[in-house]
Amino acid sequence: MRRSVLMLSVALLSAPALAQSNGKLLLTGGVSSIDGAAGGGLTPWAITGSYASTGEWGATAFVTRASTDNYGLLTYGAAVGIGDRVEVSLAKQDFNTQSNLAPLGLDGLHLKQDIVGVKLRVAGDAVLDSDTLMPQIAIGIEAKKTHAGNLGPTLFGPLGAKSSGTDAYISATKLFLADGVLVNLTLRATKANQNGLLGFGGAQGKGYRVQPEFSVAKLLARDLAFGFEFRAKPDNLNQSVLGSGALKEDDWKDIFVAWAPSKHFSLTAAWVDLGSIAPAVQPKRQTGSYLSAQFAF
Amino acid sequence: MPRHALVCLLLASAATVANAAPPANDNVYQAWGGKAGIRAVMEDFVPRLIADPRTGPFFKNVNRENLTTQLTEQLCQEAGGPCTYQGAPMKLVHQDLDIARRDFNALVEILQQSMDAKAIPFAAQNGMLARLAPMHRDIVTSN
Repeated sequence: MRRSVLMLSVALLSAPALAQSNGKLLLTGGVSSIDGAAGGGLTPWAITGSYASTGEWGATAFVTRASTDNYGLLTYGAAVGIGDRVEVSLAKQDFNTQSNLAPLGLDGLHLKQDIVGVKLRVAGDAVLDSDTLMPQIAIGIEAKKTHAGNLGPTLFGPLGAKSSGTDAYISATKLFLADGVLVNLTLRATKANQNGLLGFGGAQGKGYRVQPEFSVAKLLARDLAFGFEFRAKPDNLNQSVLGSGALKEDDWKDIFVAWAPSKHFSLTAAWVDLGSIAPAVQPKRQTGSYLSAQFAF
Repeated sequence: MPRHALVCLLLASAATVANAAPPANDNVYQAWGGKAGIRAVMEDFVPRLIADPRTGPFFKNVNRENLTTQLTEQLCQEAGGPCTYQGAPMKLVHQDLDIARRDFNALVEILQQSMDAKAIPFAAQNGMLARLAPMHRDIVTSN
């Protein structure tokens, strides 16, 4: 984490040559995804975080709480956007397994993760190029480090996962301005199990898999959008020493509403479906609420 | 294919559809209340544009009445109405100004204020903005 704070500091120090301002239109910096990158809630978009336009820099900070029937995820972080071109983000996740792992002697275990993200816009303007189908395109990485606590010896031992991994993605975002509809497609190359909270790869599945992530949003007003997201995930731990399907994982989905009363604050509420999470210990499908607040400067 | 070649190709394809033909119908024109409705928004918009510190400097030497008339003709045409913008080409009138993307967006925000003030429905606002937004290629001069 120290290195990532250093990166963020370097990004901030290189910024004073630029004006700190908010030259982008409302909501066009998106919201903060759970991994810190600007986008929707579960997936990064090609937009650059913050309201910084060309020649400006801006920053965002966020806190997000997802509560399903049997688990809780708290994530918080910050991002810096430079010139509507580069985005550097940090996020810390804390996943509370509550009493689900008590049968393994791990009652109350918290799985934690640190994420450093970098995103680069390579082409297009999602908002202003409204006479073409050309989307805004960005590439990015999310470097993740998992802290599995007392599950570590099992997870990084017989289950064969690694404690760190890097996702690479390409995103295409297009606002169909006349209709007020935004569409995003992200392709992510990843080894992550449950987004990295259960490490990366496994004894039976070690390689990168490319997974699609899809968002669609409708603008109801300038400051209000609602939409749907889908995020496909690998299933590396499905076949493990704990038995077939014991750690099976599912794709993620959500339905969200995002509201930005000003360029300094937005609130996103969602219903999430995270599918099974370690069904051997908790067979119930995990659905629940998601609430995220973002502050922009 | 190298990335810059891909980007060039995409930009070229974007450029060919820029300066697109007039809209296929006059839905936006009708939703704005015809030419009188468009003129009412422009009469609200031009004073805001001149008063706003973000955009005022760009308009300090313009004739208000002429600007209002030219904008009305232009938006009327872009909305699919029976008008022909006869002012100078967008690129020509902006090329000597130092206009950044944030300045263009500031103008959009001020136009949004005027559209709200004149109760233009949100969908009709977006219909007009979708016609105007591509002009950023001719208006924004500094990146």
